[in-house]
Amino acid sequence: MKYTQGKYAVISKTAIAKEIYDMTILCPDVAAIAQAGQFINIKAEGFMLRRPISIAGIDKNKGTLRIIFEVRGNGTKELSQIPEGGLIDIVAPLGGRGFDLDAGKKAVIVGGGIGNPPMLPIAEHFGKNGTVISGFRNASAVILQQDFASTGAETILCTDDGSAGRKGFVTDALKEVIEAKKPDVIYACGPNVMLRRIVEIAKENGIKCQVSLEERMGCGIGACLVCACRTIRDGEEFYSHVCKDGPVFNAEEVIFDE
Amino acid sequence: MNKLAVNFAGVDFKNPLIPASGTFGYGREYEEFYPLSTLGGISVKGTTEKLRTGNLPPRIAETPAGMLNSVGLQNPGIDHFIANDLPYLKTKDTVIIANMAGSTAEGYREVAEKLDATDVDMIEVNISCPNVKAGGAAFGVSCEGAASITKIVRAATKKPIMIKLSPNVTNIAEIAKAVEAEGADAVSLINTLLGMRIDIKSRRPILHNNVGGLSGPAIFPVAVRMVWQVANAVNIPVCGMGGISTWEDVVEMMMAGASTVQIGAALFQNPMAPVEIIEGLNRYVEENHLDNLQDIVGAVKPW
Repeated sequence: MKYTQGKYAVISKTAIAKEIYDMTILCPDVAAIAQAGQFINIKAEGFMLRRPISIAGIDKNKGTLRIIFEVRGNGTKELSQIPEGGLIDIVAPLGGRGFDLDAGKKAVIVGGGIGNPPMLPIAEHFGKNGTVISGFRNASAVILQQDFASTGAETILCTDDGSAGRKGFVTDALKEVIEAKKPDVIYACGPNVMLRRIVEIAKENGIKCQVSLEERMGCGIGACLVCACRTIRDGEEFYSHVCKDGPVFNAEEVIFDE
Repeated sequence: MNKLAVNFAGVDFKNPLIPASGTFGYGREYEEFYPLSTLGGISVKGTTEKLRTGNLPPRIAETPAGMLNSVGLQNPGIDHFIANDLPYLKTKDTVIIANMAGSTAEGYREVAEKLDATDVDMIEVNISCPNVKAGGAAFGVSCEGAASITKIVRAATKKPIMIKLSPNVTNIAEIAKAVEAEGADAVSLINTLLGMRIDIKSRRPILHNNVGGLSGPAIFPVAVRMVWQVANAVNIPVCGMGGISTWEDVVEMMMAGASTVQIGAALFQNPMAPVEIIEGLNRYVEENHLDNLQDIVGAVKPW
């Protein structure tokens, strides 16, 4: 693994939903080695800590990375001010473990809210052998449906209030897809309550499952040990660190707090 | 000639810049950015008698010009460090400072004895960690406590020992004098300042530990003041830290009386900071026609 810190050009920037931005960064050296599930750590001018944002697209030929982030606070608001043609200061690519795309032939790919963008490279990999289930609060928060559809995957859209797609949680749709398609593997990213339920469903059905976690980070590279998450291996519980040991974990390794 | 070189407490450093304990792991991660031989030394992740799992997350909160952390001395324990990390570090052509803490006075003795039998260059004794319930700051906030731990560690090792002082005290210079009297070879300061943030929506502290240590540029003026007070009170050398992020900060800290410095939180925003600072210091000595950067140590001219 090799980390790079540098300033790169933002070659496109679009607001794709309220307070959600889609940026393409020209960074050939980073794009050349980036993997699905990894993230980049972005400097927000005037803030102490960088903002970790997952990679939503890797184009090795064009040398670009795509990121999609939501304005959650003043730091991400600052990031959203970087103009098209401007420079973005990143440390990348980060994450010691991305998604294992060889874990199966038929996949269900589940994203909740702003957990959807990192699922896009997985959907591209699986194409028509993938089923994408995306969940959002309501119609105004829905993103990436055309991107997912253009991979060839079947897409199922869920909203909490039924204002777009079907009303209900991604977990209900997941159970139906498992029943109908008998997938080999489930990939998921989203709020912890959603991930916990998905992991339970995967276990009940004996399906491999990988989840991408989130935690407040410091260095982003595994040195400061702040982004601790509870994990278990060989019956022994210990803290892993999302930035270096993850952000992707096998479902059976993760202990979700109640 | 290397004009940044310094002999600090009997140990030769090629430059005064040392990544601070707890921010740099054992160097492996940052080695992906630059060779560790660039650095004057490394103060490695604090080591205790046994494995410590650390505190529940969240362990970090951003603050204006700073951050709070409550890692809680997560580390694999002294035996693991000696077997797995030290051999690797010793190949890196930089000074290795083993940072250590104990949960009891006996724990400090045990860790110091084990380190004495290794080839670490120096021992930094943490009596100021704000994030653990036992040990840590409990010893560091009184002259008696600080002196007692220094005495124990002094008796356990012939290696140079540097006591890391807490800023969460009324008079840090008195504590520095107390550890000097018990045979400390140097002091390092400041550890983090105890702080707290609250999420006003959930009414929960952002840190699961409720409170944590404040670091970053926000604490730099406090650190400069304390380094100045301590340097004027003791005859042993001072390693200054607390909010350093630029070469100008290093010059200021050295003028206050520090002959070496540590950098911590700034690494998170700018992992390249040590390299940039060393370049800046080299330019500074040239432009100011200094024989050695050490010429500015304590050079502040107080009103």
